Amino acid sequence: MKQVKCECGHVNPHGTVLCESCGRVLVEEEKKKKLVDMRYEGSARRSQTYNKTIIDKIWNFFSSVKVGVTLIIITLAASAIGTIFPQEMYIPTTEPASVYYESQYGVAGKLYYLLGFHNLYSSWWYLLLIASIGISLVICSLDRVVPLYRALKNQKVSRHEGFLKRQRLFGTSQVEELDSSYELVKEKLKKNRYNIREENGNILAEKGRFSRWGPYINHIGLIIFLAGGMLRFVPGMYVDELLWVREGETAVIPETDGEYYLENHQFILEVYDKDKDNEAFNNAIENSGMVAKNFQSDVTLYKKSAETVAGEEPILDKVQDYELRVNEPLKFENFALYQQSYKLDELNKMSFALTNKENNEEFGDLTIDLYNPQDEYDLGDGYKVEVMSYFPDFEFDENSEPVTKSRIPNNPAFIFKMITPDKPDGEVSFVAIKQTIEPFGDNEFKMAFKGVETKNVTALTVRKDLTLGVLAVGGFIFMVGVVQGAYWNHRRIWIRRVDGEVWVAGHTNKNWHGLKREISTIFDGTGINEPKDQSDESDKSIESNSKEE
Amino acid sequence: MRSVILLILGAAVAYTLYANFSKDKIHKVEMGKEAPDFVLVDMDGETHRLSDYKGQGVFLNFWGTWCKPCEKEMPYINNQYKQFKDQGVQTIAVNISESKLVVNKFLERHDLEFPVVIDKDRQVENAYGIGPLPATFLIDPEGKVVKYHTGTLTEPMVREFMEQVKP
Repeated sequence: MKQVKCECGHVNPHGTVLCESCGRVLVEEEKKKKLVDMRYEGSARRSQTYNKTIIDKIWNFFSSVKVGVTLIIITLAASAIGTIFPQEMYIPTTEPASVYYESQYGVAGKLYYLLGFHNLYSSWWYLLLIASIGISLVICSLDRVVPLYRALKNQKVSRHEGFLKRQRLFGTSQVEELDSSYELVKEKLKKNRYNIREENGNILAEKGRFSRWGPYINHIGLIIFLAGGMLRFVPGMYVDELLWVREGETAVIPETDGEYYLENHQFILEVYDKDKDNEAFNNAIENSGMVAKNFQSDVTLYKKSAETVAGEEPILDKVQDYELRVNEPLKFENFALYQQSYKLDELNKMSFALTNKENNEEFGDLTIDLYNPQDEYDLGDGYKVEVMSYFPDFEFDENSEPVTKSRIPNNPAFIFKMITPDKPDGEVSFVAIKQTIEPFGDNEFKMAFKGVETKNVTALTVRKDLTLGVLAVGGFIFMVGVVQGAYWNHRRIWIRRVDGEVWVAGHTNKNWHGLKREISTIFDGTGINEPKDQSDESDKSIESNSKEE
Repeated sequence: MRSVILLILGAAVAYTLYANFSKDKIHKVEMGKEAPDFVLVDMDGETHRLSDYKGQGVFLNFWGTWCKPCEKEMPYINNQYKQFKDQGVQTIAVNISESKLVVNKFLERHDLEFPVVIDKDRQVENAYGIGPLPATFLIDPEGKVVKYHTGTLTEPMVREFMEQVKP
């Protein structure tokens, strides 16, 4: 590794522009310039000096801010495109994605699907983009913060004349009463909270150096944030499930290892009432007909008290009763249950009366629990109804056979055998909602529909997110970095005696106006001339160059 | 130093990608691990506890009467059950929370002989993390899960599966 030894004796890493110690300009080209480029203190960024091995090449690629910005722009563009059409998880399940996008959105939709935008946010290339931004962030920061730290740590009080002369704020003065002027300046610098270092009658006054670390603290926060996002993929860190519980039912809460159970006593949907509630709601009620006021599930949380094998009746201890509303989740351990959705009036029981078709005489009622129908219902006196078949969610299949679509009684249908003293062999009747079929000809009896009993079903989101803490810490550190870099400036003032003259130079990483004002009060009345802004006459663009980001 | 940093970053990225693409395939029941125990009562009132079948292979099928592919594979399972029941392979079909009546009618209609149990409060379904039906687990005589399959089985597949866990 080649190193550069400065005339002052300090050994600098290869590629250094300004000696870390004395500030002497080490590169011939820079000497021709009127002002030195103070970005990163003229330190050598490793990525710009070595380019030999594959490691160098990878490192240099990610170290480039241009590459970083390009990655961010590509990711932004991709993220935006991903919102044009709905993502795969949100399309109706009636059609497969390969058909849906083309049928809904034509050629654009087909292209969207073929290019994989329908499942963008978990696609490998999108994740790779995000990961590359993370890597770029780490490497960009490391490649800059280390040399910057070295340069600021090694800086000497007496900077080289060539360095001072090429500072944006620079001035020379002939001073008569040097000692008293010096004392006065020092006092004023102290009053302005500068740290003062002295060496052979030269002064380096510095303040706010920690603001230089702002961007890097900010990046650390971002990296922690990204790592938090990554943790979601670690099993057990993140749970997002939906739990449907019918009124009166107790269900095991998913992802709790069968430890917790939830009983739903009641689901309540309240709407705003024109007469009872505040008049302010009247317009809204008139416009939309119904305005929801409250979605609530009255639940009881249970914990399994003894180890039982799955399938056994669990022994449950009550943990708590809770009225679960939107934004008022039930929290236990690391879990939270949120009111998510509901289904009103799901069929639960159906009542029929065995009736003579001729004279409508009834021979007893029967109520069928749609979740647990009996094989037969004895009505006494020789009247009996057998359930030959039950289809909770009935439809006719392609062979015109009655089948069930699911186990939920959305559309219950029965095949009954009605046994009466008149017809001891029984009459068969197919009964569905608003539909009766008598497959073996005219019956004497019928099952007359009497009524239904319904129940509401609540849907709760089961959520566990152990990454939130990490995200909060990351976000907090991010903001600390922003504040640190934005509200403080790193200001330095060099005062050096050169051949009976006093040379003064000033530098700040931002807010030159503030520094100039401060300097003018410090040197006012000390006999030392206030340094002039050398960029005013020549190079305006230096202001924009001085930002390190 | 830089190599180490790049390596760590690379490993983090590789893990994230791996975790993301395996997340849909992660099951509660891992291959080669002990199958979660359960106790359920069949339609004849007989109790079946999985751990009691140590020493025998178990063909564990999850199904529902509404599930067409399940219905299709039932006769195959029934045929192979008859072949293998004396060779130390037990068949248990777990119905997902339907009513007794519906299940019984289904069994009558298809003339099924193997033990069918109803997972009333879906604890077993939960313990096995069942997704789409039908789902079949193969449990070897040591009680370890050796295979997980979703989707209809053909009769040769059922035979091959049972053969696989024969003690």
